[in-house]
Amino acid sequence: MNSPKDFTASVGADMRVTQKRVLFVTRRTSPQVKSFDEERVQAFPEALIRALLAIECLFIVLVFLSLFFNAPLEGIANPTNTPNPAKAPWYFLGLQEMLHYFPPVVAGIIIPGLLVTALFVIPYFDINVEAEGFFLRNYQRRLTLSMGISGALSLFLWFFDVYVALVPTLIIAGLMLLAALSSTDSPNRLRRYLASRPISWWIMTWFLFELIVLTTVGTFFRGPGWSWVWPWRS
Amino acid sequence: MMPSTIETYFNKIERTRVWRSIFRSGTGNSTLRNALAIQQNVFLHLFPTKIRKRMLDLGATWYLGTLTLGTFIVLVVTGILLMLYYHPSVPQAYTDVKDLRFVVSSGLFLRNLHRWSAHTMVFLAFAHLFRVFYRGAYRAPREFNWVVGVLLLLITLLLSYTGYLLPWDQLAFWAITVGTNISSAIPFIGAKIRFLLLGGNLVNANALLRFYVLHCAILPISAVLFLAVHMWRVRKDGGLYVRASEPSAGSTHQHASEELKKQ
Repeated sequence: MNSPKDFTASVGADMRVTQKRVLFVTRRTSPQVKSFDEERVQAFPEALIRALLAIECLFIVLVFLSLFFNAPLEGIANPTNTPNPAKAPWYFLGLQEMLHYFPPVVAGIIIPGLLVTALFVIPYFDINVEAEGFFLRNYQRRLTLSMGISGALSLFLWFFDVYVALVPTLIIAGLMLLAALSSTDSPNRLRRYLASRPISWWIMTWFLFELIVLTTVGTFFRGPGWSWVWPWRS
Repeated sequence: MMPSTIETYFNKIERTRVWRSIFRSGTGNSTLRNALAIQQNVFLHLFPTKIRKRMLDLGATWYLGTLTLGTFIVLVVTGILLMLYYHPSVPQAYTDVKDLRFVVSSGLFLRNLHRWSAHTMVFLAFAHLFRVFYRGAYRAPREFNWVVGVLLLLITLLLSYTGYLLPWDQLAFWAITVGTNISSAIPFIGAKIRFLLLGGNLVNANALLRFYVLHCAILPISAVLFLAVHMWRVRKDGGLYVRASEPSAGSTHQHASEELKKQ
């Protein structure tokens, strides 16, 4: 729009009757309209019936579960008789596992506090919205950075004997290294996949992996005094 | 084809004055009527009247959000029924749960259903969170709904945790003792927070009452409120996220910058 007299714009007197969309196209550009002519359905009944059916199927599963497995009920609460081990509900056993290694301030307050904060702010990090592979840009710097951080973290976990958390960290670090050495058009499907993963994927996958491993260990592999037990040997 | 008897009766009911005074969507099976059925209903109004067909694919969402809501509904219904047999006092709480198991008709089944649904809800809420993350569905314009979702996950965990104490057995008592001991590790105010939670220095009858009030009133009401916001925001943010149909922010930026380069 070099000269203001390139165009004139006005709306007719009947504007309120027939609404029009006015589009100004500047020189040497073309209007690009992305239109999505997707098939749409009525939410009622199509979506609601499906949702109801899904819930119904889940309910049937829950009913069968409840018919065949009884909810646990132990003796009446007795403050003078501490069971060994005293375990929290399963979804907190990852944290309880951490409590075994670190002081309560770290394992009970700082780690969960950071986790919850991180979960809340995820969508407000606008870096890399295109979600392109982490190692596709600034290769050298990113390789050094990722290996440095996972190395430091591994040393830290090793120093405190947290082997349960160390193993998943090493596996993820190994996969990151594999991703760094792979290209997005590698003949191997796994390598292609890993090479195109963004940094957010790596962090979340590490977190999910740790969560699953720590919860499983806390639930099945911990016995009296939080010692290691094999579940099939009890 | 002749309409079945049930259908005829239903059509008759639909035309009665009382029915039409409650449901203003009219009769028949027209598009307008289906749209009005959503729009004219205060609860269904949370949902859009029309949605993209691909949102209904199992692969798009695995229905994890819907199923989490389903477990919540089961929990509310079974929870209210359980409340009819339960006194939040020591040691009556324990004997009530024992009675549910051995005396009350279907009491065992009711408690089982409540317990397994609770565990399933925690699991499904986590699964829903990770699924939304890996689909990238948390990105703009859905950032705030992600935040509401994380809040709902925390409420779910608290609901499950406060419910854990109510049977007042050894399992309950020591799980809550372990958990609330952690809160005393908060610097400076830890002991105060623990006292506030338990209504005392130990897990005792006061703690049971507080957890009962949290479990049966405060937390479920907050859950319902945030659930309403969560589902309403799905509609306001442009429906469920379906990857390929989204106008991606990245590509349009790219297009604009390419255009600039040409000039």
